[in-house]
Amino acid sequence: MNRLFVLLTILIFSASSASAGTPAPKELKDLHFGEALYYAFQGDWFDAISRLDTELMQHHGVDEPERDTLHYHVGQAEFDVGDFELAYRMHQRAGRAFRAVIEGNVEEPVRNEAVFRLARLYFQKDQPVNAQDAVGSISGAVPSEIRNDLDFLRAQIHMANGRFAEAARILRDLQDAKGLQGFAAYNLGIALIKDGKELEGRQYLDRTGQINSNDELTLAIKDKANLVLGSKRLQEKNFEGAKQVLDRVRLNGPFSDRALLGSGWADAFQGRFERALVPWSTVVTREVTDASVQEAMLAVPYAYGKQNVNGKAALMYGSALEKFGAEVDKLGASIESIREGHFLQALVREEVKQDADWVVKLRELPHTPETYYLLDLMASHDFQESLKNYLDLEQLRTKLDSWERDLDAFEEIIAQRRAYYEPLLPVIDREFRRLDSQMRLRLEQRDRIERRLKAMLVVPRPDYLATAVERIISEQIAHLERKLTAGGAAVPGDVEARIARLRGVLHWNIYTEYDRRFTEAHTHLRDLNGEVERLKRQYAAFVRTRQAATQSYEGHDDVIRRQRSLIRAAREKVGELMARQGHMLETMAVNELTERRERLAEFQIKARFGMADSYDRATRAQTQEKGE
Amino acid sequence: MFCRQRGVILGISVLLLSAAAYGQEISKEQIKGLDEQVQEIKSDALGIAAELNQLEEKLLYPSNTQVAVFVSLAGGETFRLDSVEIRLDGTPVAHHLYTFKELEALQHGGVQRIYTGNVRSGQHDLQVSVIGKTGGGADFQKSERFAVNKDVGPRIVEISLAAQGITRTER
Repeated sequence: MNRLFVLLTILIFSASSASAGTPAPKELKDLHFGEALYYAFQGDWFDAISRLDTELMQHHGVDEPERDTLHYHVGQAEFDVGDFELAYRMHQRAGRAFRAVIEGNVEEPVRNEAVFRLARLYFQKDQPVNAQDAVGSISGAVPSEIRNDLDFLRAQIHMANGRFAEAARILRDLQDAKGLQGFAAYNLGIALIKDGKELEGRQYLDRTGQINSNDELTLAIKDKANLVLGSKRLQEKNFEGAKQVLDRVRLNGPFSDRALLGSGWADAFQGRFERALVPWSTVVTREVTDASVQEAMLAVPYAYGKQNVNGKAALMYGSALEKFGAEVDKLGASIESIREGHFLQALVREEVKQDADWVVKLRELPHTPETYYLLDLMASHDFQESLKNYLDLEQLRTKLDSWERDLDAFEEIIAQRRAYYEPLLPVIDREFRRLDSQMRLRLEQRDRIERRLKAMLVVPRPDYLATAVERIISEQIAHLERKLTAGGAAVPGDVEARIARLRGVLHWNIYTEYDRRFTEAHTHLRDLNGEVERLKRQYAAFVRTRQAATQSYEGHDDVIRRQRSLIRAAREKVGELMARQGHMLETMAVNELTERRERLAEFQIKARFGMADSYDRATRAQTQEKGE
Repeated sequence: MFCRQRGVILGISVLLLSAAAYGQEISKEQIKGLDEQVQEIKSDALGIAAELNQLEEKLLYPSNTQVAVFVSLAGGETFRLDSVEIRLDGTPVAHHLYTFKELEALQHGGVQRIYTGNVRSGQHDLQVSVIGKTGGGADFQKSERFAVNKDVGPRIVEISLAAQGITRTER
């Protein structure tokens, strides 16, 4: 079975793996960029783009981008976002991303690489004229790692625009290019043939058909070259030459059935039916749904008939007829299954996607169509793109559902926070205001003390550093004096002397201890500064926590309402697009199966004729024998 | 008989040279038109995702409490990583079993955000435990503790895993 879908798998996953080839920087400085790459390397393009977009937006929004860690990778990030968008089949956005790089203030090699990517995008989107214009604008230095790819792209674009001579000229120089082994020679062969240089073109196809390689893609192009060359030789009745190249095709490659069939015909056309039976007998044992196998089922009895083994031929035609009938029924059931929607249901089943060959394994699910008949269709670009779009839409549908549930959860969180904080906050705020005013007062006092101490460095003021006891005593002495002199009475001499002595003691202490007290005051102020710092930190922490408390439930309602409305609109659109895309896939599949059914119906007619003819000949031979 | 033979033989050229002629009723324009609409809805969805991410961060992981742990593989590491467990202050907060694709993404240089959560400011104990297999196929299990200081801004911790040990990368 591998042989059948090797090519399909290569085709389906080649775009993804190419984009996943984006290397990580040697030294990663920005973790968020690394996170985007983590998703990209897994082919999870939506999350990769989403993260990288956010990161780039934040980077361009900061005042000093050069201090942002993405600064080290911003060039690669700008390219990567375009590549990721391309891999996610968002060609319009990818084009904008590349154009932004081109129009930006970048160095010549960077600009040229962006133009190369833009041209490749145009080429992939079947816009070869735009692609031609783009590559035409490349001039100057081109990064060495894309030089060969750029030349190969130029050649492909020339071919798409019908300029085969120019394409051939470029491809001639790429014959030894690393990574293009086989592809350059094959394309050169085709370009030369299209340019009217048939003989030379065939030489290159022949050369491609003899390449030695272990690479699966190179081997596939080698097989293809042999098949194309073989079919050309068959058409012009160079049967020996055709057989020679068709026999080079690997027996386990994706083109082996067709090659074996052709090889048999090359013998049959020369009347060597016994030899033709060798490849044909191999093909008929293979998967019955394959068109070549079905044709071989007619070819084998035909060869037996030509050798006058008419009885066996008749039996084999009968067997083929039976198998064709079964396949026609299977195709009918498959078409019915697709029309009933089972194909689309099976396509999006998660458990099937765990397997790399999931598209093919759909056939094993109940009520699903025979996917083997869809292999050629599935390998076609249009079907692949449509299928990937359908799967992307299904992924979006799941995401939108999950986001809506997230919004429900957010609203519940907000409601719970509001219920918890709203009764608490007024009390907390009141207490905070009280403490805040106290704090401000104390801070003012501290500032005043500091100012005074500074002033005292210039003009000493011992009285400022009197202790509380000393101040009280001073007040008491003054009070005593006032009482004694009340009414103009004279103070007795001994009392006056005692008061003076007390004042003297007080004065003595204040002035003699001034230096010590002044030093102590500074020490205390330093201690106080420490406390004030701690207080300020607690204050800031409280303010932040208080703000966070409010922000945890306020100001989100509008955002959530808007998001809900956007999600609802997007869901409707996704639903509509899924229906249309699904219908398109179903139509493609039904058309393909119908065509195969019609072809089988023709084969049935041929088998009936063959069987009747073989029986006639067998009977005639028998009668002739009896007559003799 | 010759006619029948010719009929069968003509099958070859069809088989070898024809491309699939499916979808006669579906034009290139239809495919292109639908594809452009799919691109538009993808763009819309990316816009919604960006705003939702911001909302989620504001609501669930405000910067004053946010802590995020990122995991990467040291350059050139070939050991098979099976699982990583993160404990914060003794509580298991994240446990991840790696698929082949995830492991490959790490080996290519991708960085995984394994945990985002909230902690108070101050010192915290972060314990990282790794289970895997060495290049030679032997089982290995490693565990390492780190002190994480959380202040006002979001705290981002990068853990680098290697067969030799677990290290914290400072940024």
